[in-house]
Amino acid sequence: MTLALIDYGAGNLRSVENALRTAGCDDLAVTADADVVARADRIVLPGVGAFGACADALRGVDGMIAALERRVRGDGVPFLGICVGMQLMATAGEELGIHDGLGWIVGCVRRIEPATIATKVPHMGWNDVVPTRAHPLIEPGEAYFLHSYAFEDDAAGDDVIATTNHAGPVTAAIARDNMIGVQFHPEKSQRYGLALLERFLAWRP
Amino acid sequence: MTVRARVIPCLDVANGRVVKGVNFVDLIDAGDPVEQARAYDAAGADELCFLDIGASHEGRDTILDVVARTAAVCFMPLTVGGGVRTADDARALLLAGADKIAVNSAAVARPEIVADIAERFGSQCCVASVDARRVGDHWEVFTHGGRRATGIDAVAHALRLAELGAGELLVTSMDRDGTRDGYDLALIRAIADQVEIPVVASGGVGGLDDLIAGIRDGHASAVLAASIFHFGEASIADAHAALAAAGIPVRTPLQD
Repeated sequence: MTLALIDYGAGNLRSVENALRTAGCDDLAVTADADVVARADRIVLPGVGAFGACADALRGVDGMIAALERRVRGDGVPFLGICVGMQLMATAGEELGIHDGLGWIVGCVRRIEPATIATKVPHMGWNDVVPTRAHPLIEPGEAYFLHSYAFEDDAAGDDVIATTNHAGPVTAAIARDNMIGVQFHPEKSQRYGLALLERFLAWRP
Repeated sequence: MTVRARVIPCLDVANGRVVKGVNFVDLIDAGDPVEQARAYDAAGADELCFLDIGASHEGRDTILDVVARTAAVCFMPLTVGGGVRTADDARALLLAGADKIAVNSAAVARPEIVADIAERFGSQCCVASVDARRVGDHWEVFTHGGRRATGIDAVAHALRLAELGAGELLVTSMDRDGTRDGYDLALIRAIADQVEIPVVASGGVGGLDDLIAGIRDGHASAVLAASIFHFGEASIADAHAALAAAGIPVRTPLQD
């Protein structure tokens, strides 16, 4: 049961790796090799920084997009995107220009635009994860968020499975079939985050 | 609710050892920053800050090792500051496991370092640190632990760093630091009211009321403190409870 943690130069990889190991993952490959991803039983895509830079970096890894498409979309192995890794699941992102995402979940990633200066951006710190529909991985609780852009569900579908509140609802998690993405950082969310990773490791969608 | 006010204990580290403050009775090695970080993680601190005050060039590998060992056992955000001169310094700390990098002196000499870090690694990991003293009717940026004046207006400098892409401002009153007289609330508020990014209040905490004032009157998003936590005068839970009692949103207490 190999878990592939994708290294495309855009992640807080060490933190995610530490948290996954603590959550019980003993067969983990931090990898930039598309062949390893193509054989993995679970896949985690982290990401920090700007959407476009992350999308370019992911596309810059030879064969990676094809391997992800085949393994996640074709074979249906469990997939977890974290922060920008979650945002990349969307159709597009509007950070520093408009960039294509993986297009797995219909929606666009846009800047959080608060009405007043009292609402700070980045949205930084612990906030609620409020499930909007039942999902085996998402429990209500408090998690650590750190982002200036957020997923917006243009299709008004039911892919948003949890929200948080930052002067209005902000997407906290999205999911479809074997894919889930969380805007917050489970690797930085102490017990709540480790428990979520434990559930991901046991998840059989 | 909404995003919570953050309580951030800060550890001064020199040559791999905590130099200011230690009073956790159950620590095996109270001078080991990793042990202290682990205790704060267990206590439910919202974030942790390491300030590498012995940041000589030779000492860089030591702090990288401390950060790596901390990141292996702590699952909360870790900010590391002290001695960060270039974007490559920041990168080394991020790779070791830091989540945010605080730049201070280097951003006084060359504010563009903030843009360098923000562009390469994202604004979210770039904390711009401003050390200020009141001079007449305004505040000035000071360096060298508050001993050297720069002539730079502190509020204008903070606004500039925000514009350059900092994701957060750590504002320390050098007049108050170590005095236990409370934050310089006018300074904190003057900056927080003019920037879109979160501000962390720092310098001068003597009690829990000061934490409340930092959020309520200073308009900070987070409060940083050292001695009240290290010397066991207050726990993280005490700080959260005091803030909650004042009507400020904080995390739900940990349950065992």
